[in-house]
Amino acid sequence: MEKIPILKMGEFLLVTIQVDMHDRLALSLQDDLTRMISQTEARGVLIDISSLDIVDSFIGRMLANIASMSRVLDAETVVVGMQPAVAITLVELGLSLTGVRTALHVDAGMEVLRSSLNDTNGNETITGKSANRDTYGSNFD
Amino acid sequence: MAVTSTENLPLVSEPDVVAIRRRVREISAQLGFTLVDQTKVVTAASELARNTVIYGGGGIVQLESLNGPRVGLRLIFEDKGPGIPDVELALRNGFTTGSGMGLGLGGAKRLVNDFEIVSRTGEGTKVTITRWK
Repeated sequence: MEKIPILKMGEFLLVTIQVDMHDRLALSLQDDLTRMISQTEARGVLIDISSLDIVDSFIGRMLANIASMSRVLDAETVVVGMQPAVAITLVELGLSLTGVRTALHVDAGMEVLRSSLNDTNGNETITGKSANRDTYGSNFD
Repeated sequence: MAVTSTENLPLVSEPDVVAIRRRVREISAQLGFTLVDQTKVVTAASELARNTVIYGGGGIVQLESLNGPRVGLRLIFEDKGPGIPDVELALRNGFTTGSGMGLGLGGAKRLVNDFEIVSRTGEGTKVTITRWK
């Protein structure tokens, strides 16, 4: 059966959807990704949909599901590269992709994942030394 | 209304849904639809094609290129499935009896210019949509 490859890069998983998504493929991606997150202890998932020329309610639901499942598994999801015509259509369709973080391109998406990871690490450090300080405040120096 | 070309495609399984998306994309591009309008009509077709396969138990879709006085694309989805007991309810956002988001029917309606649905319990459902250039 057809599969969408999932690449591991450091603490992140990368997925580029380059085929016409039929429903079963969308479901198997959802399963594969959740399994990979738990196996690799990934902290972030980046999904590039720049090759998708439509996102209908089924694919939208898959993206929303992946985002919530990965959140439960302590990983952040960001969807990147949505074509403008797809975005316009999604909104008219009534799909707002609530809970799905988006970025314009892969670079911006990686930035979102890295900074969310830094935030989490910073918050976990009670004394808040490195990450928090760098981000929030020269005032305290 | 001049119909310049008509074709019928089967709508039985999931790969058929993908094939119809492709064909609708091709025809709407040939008719000179803008990219946004192409995307809207392809997305509407995807929703309705899935409904025909999943809820209607399969059927056919008829694709009509309309030419003059206005240019447009009309798609007719027809199945002989169980029918929709309450069409008003089915058109409402968030209504679903299946695994979708309940946006299919209402969402498809919002993406096209004309939308018509005829459904009889026990006989089947026919949805006709038209998107004008």
